[in-house]
Amino acid sequence: MLKIKDLQVKLAEEDKVILKGLDLEVAAGAVHAIMGPNGSGKSTLSYVLAGRDGYQVTEGSATLDGADLLAMEPEERAAAGLFLAFQYPVEIPGVGNMTFLRTALNAQRKARGQAEVGAGDFLKLVRDKARALKIDAEMLKRPVNVGFSGGEKKRNEILQMAVLEPSMCILDETDSGLDVDAMRLVADGVNALRDAGRGFLVITHYQRLLDHIRPDVVHIMADGRIVKTGGPELALEVEKNGYTDILAEVA
Amino acid sequence: MAREGQAAAGRALAGPAAAEAALAAWPAPKAGFTAAARAEAEARLRVAGLPGRRDEYWRFTDPAPLLTPEPAASAPLRVDRPIFEGFDKLRLVFVDGVFDAAASDDPALAGVEIARLAEAGAADIHWARGLYGVLEAAGQSPVARPFAALNTARAADGLLIRVSGVAPRPLHISYRQSDPGSEAMLHHCIRLEPGAEMTLIETGTAAARANLVMEVDLGEGARLHHIRPQGRAHGRRVISHLFARLGAAARLKSFTLSMNGAFTRNEAVIDIAGDHAVAHVAGATLGDGADGRFVHDDTVFVSHGAVGCESRQVFKKVLKNGATGVFQGKILVRPGAQKTDGYQISQALLLDEDSQFLAKPELEIYADDVKCSHGSTTGAIDETALFYLRSRGVTRAQAVSLLVLSFLADAIAEIEDAALAAEVVARLEDWLARREA
Ligand SMILES: Nc1ncnc2c1ncn2[C@@H]1O[C@H](COP(=O)(O)OP(=O)(O)O)[C@@H](O)[C@H]1O
Ligand SMILES: [Mg+2]
Repeated sequence: MLKIKDLQVKLAEEDKVILKGLDLEVAAGAVHAIMGPNGSGKSTLSYVLAGRDGYQVTEGSATLDGADLLAMEPEERAAAGLFLAFQYPVEIPGVGNMTFLRTALNAQRKARGQAEVGAGDFLKLVRDKARALKIDAEMLKRPVNVGFSGGEKKRNEILQMAVLEPSMCILDETDSGLDVDAMRLVADGVNALRDAGRGFLVITHYQRLLDHIRPDVVHIMADGRIVKTGGPELALEVEKNGYTDILAEVA
Repeated sequence: MAREGQAAAGRALAGPAAAEAALAAWPAPKAGFTAAARAEAEARLRVAGLPGRRDEYWRFTDPAPLLTPEPAASAPLRVDRPIFEGFDKLRLVFVDGVFDAAASDDPALAGVEIARLAEAGAADIHWARGLYGVLEAAGQSPVARPFAALNTARAADGLLIRVSGVAPRPLHISYRQSDPGSEAMLHHCIRLEPGAEMTLIETGTAAARANLVMEVDLGEGARLHHIRPQGRAHGRRVISHLFARLGAAARLKSFTLSMNGAFTRNEAVIDIAGDHAVAHVAGATLGDGADGRFVHDDTVFVSHGAVGCESRQVFKKVLKNGATGVFQGKILVRPGAQKTDGYQISQALLLDEDSQFLAKPELEIYADDVKCSHGSTTGAIDETALFYLRSRGVTRAQAVSLLVLSFLADAIAEIEDAALAAEVVARLEDWLARREA
């Protein structure tokens, strides 16, 4: 599904290298977790995959189902099935959540040559998905993320994911700042989407989330590289001892 | 309405000579109760002259398009479904600046008295005698507004509307245009008696060039909701003046939508005269210089002369392809106007580097217990928001459109009626969609 080979990325405006040769493969149906200290380049990886400006890929490749992600516009990547749940979801005053979601869904469908979803069907679709995430009608009517609490913003990201049904989901610290109940909702939302055709890359600092979303593979990232890969037990090790031991061991 | 201009076509005069030329070009209508007001306006105009680009009040906007003897030709765009068409309202139609009774609804609305200036103006006695040219004259200070004086002196048509109850339906003045070379000069007087309420809609281009004046007198507790989409024609040149006086606890909400036009200057002069009155003036502008020249100027003067009043100015302009936006806005708080709450914001979203926004916000305060603020910003599309939208599959063009609507939201929020606001948003979406392709 997602194949990243020797990815090297620097800031476009500065000579700062952030990703220093990153290799990663997520198969369909698999859930991978990435853990790592602050500043190791986790968000940069997710932004580069999603197509944010400001980064320059100097080496390597990233493909989704064989298609060259790095050659596509952000909206083309989305239509191809990539989704990034932002670490800091953006507020867009004056644009209703529903308008935003419907525009996004239909833009993707149009790009894929599918028929647009009508207003009635869309409403039903969103209501069903929103209920599971405890997102009420009031929140759907409000402008995108404006006045939302941290937890509401993150749940809204998961709602977008549920509506857009991407094949490759990247979650960037979706758990940070959430209380236990909110995290449960987010984890349940992710688990509900798990299926054989869908891959997940879950970036997190905490074992907590991984208790609910059981990953198949855990990677440790440091200084722009994946430095260690293992099973769920690796996350437990981080939780217990922090990164110091692991980083010392691979140094 | 053809003009008998004598100066060479295309050349713009300024100053007293231009005033004389304009007075000569527009025939003096047969004046009854308006005679004195017209004579005084004529005298004022002779003193002030018509402005040139060196006039301080026209520093940002060159008035030349208003001064050429003949208007540059401008044809209205074909509109499949005119804005607000489906709404239940009483429609009064002007074609090229002349009232068209056949195209209008029967001017019968409970609690609303409607007369035509061209007919009632000849009478010696009329309720509008105390209003015609009166607010315009008062609005000539501290700065002269010569085009408004010209209008008072020469306007032959317009509506005299007196509302004494709650108007059961909105009143809609539709300015149609059939002649691409037409010029219109209209003067409306609107009086809302104490407690009266009305929604007033103005739509359409009016003419290739138009000079529109509206004097609005709101009695105690009266409420006027004014919505004005200025019509679709790329070449239209217009100067409009809204003069309003608010009595105690009166409420004025005025919203203008401008999506086209080579030249627009909308002046609003609001005199808050009664305690606890509320006046909101707002505008949303979308300008594309690729359609031809686009210059859009909002010039607003809000004067607080009473206690505990609120005023709000919210002006937003989206500019691209060399479009120019101007905002000159002033809040004056007169001595004794305590507990004034005055707010002003003017903002431009520049979609490229060719466009420009010139703003001159002013506060002048002579009372100590007031809350006044103003702000003005010029910015580009927020790249973070743009990326967020695109990462969800929204195309770049669509994402820009959504962010434009997001930017305009505060101005649109000034429209009180949700259905009217939705119609305005739909037209904005159409404009944006036409340019996404
Ligand atoms: N746009 C940017 N401008 C400047 N520095 C950046 C930018 N993006 C990332 N960085 C830097 O790159 C490094 C990695 O950041 P980031 O990818 O956010 O790490 P993480 O998500 O793992 O905490 C940090 O040192 C950060 O300051
Ligand atoms: Mg991060």
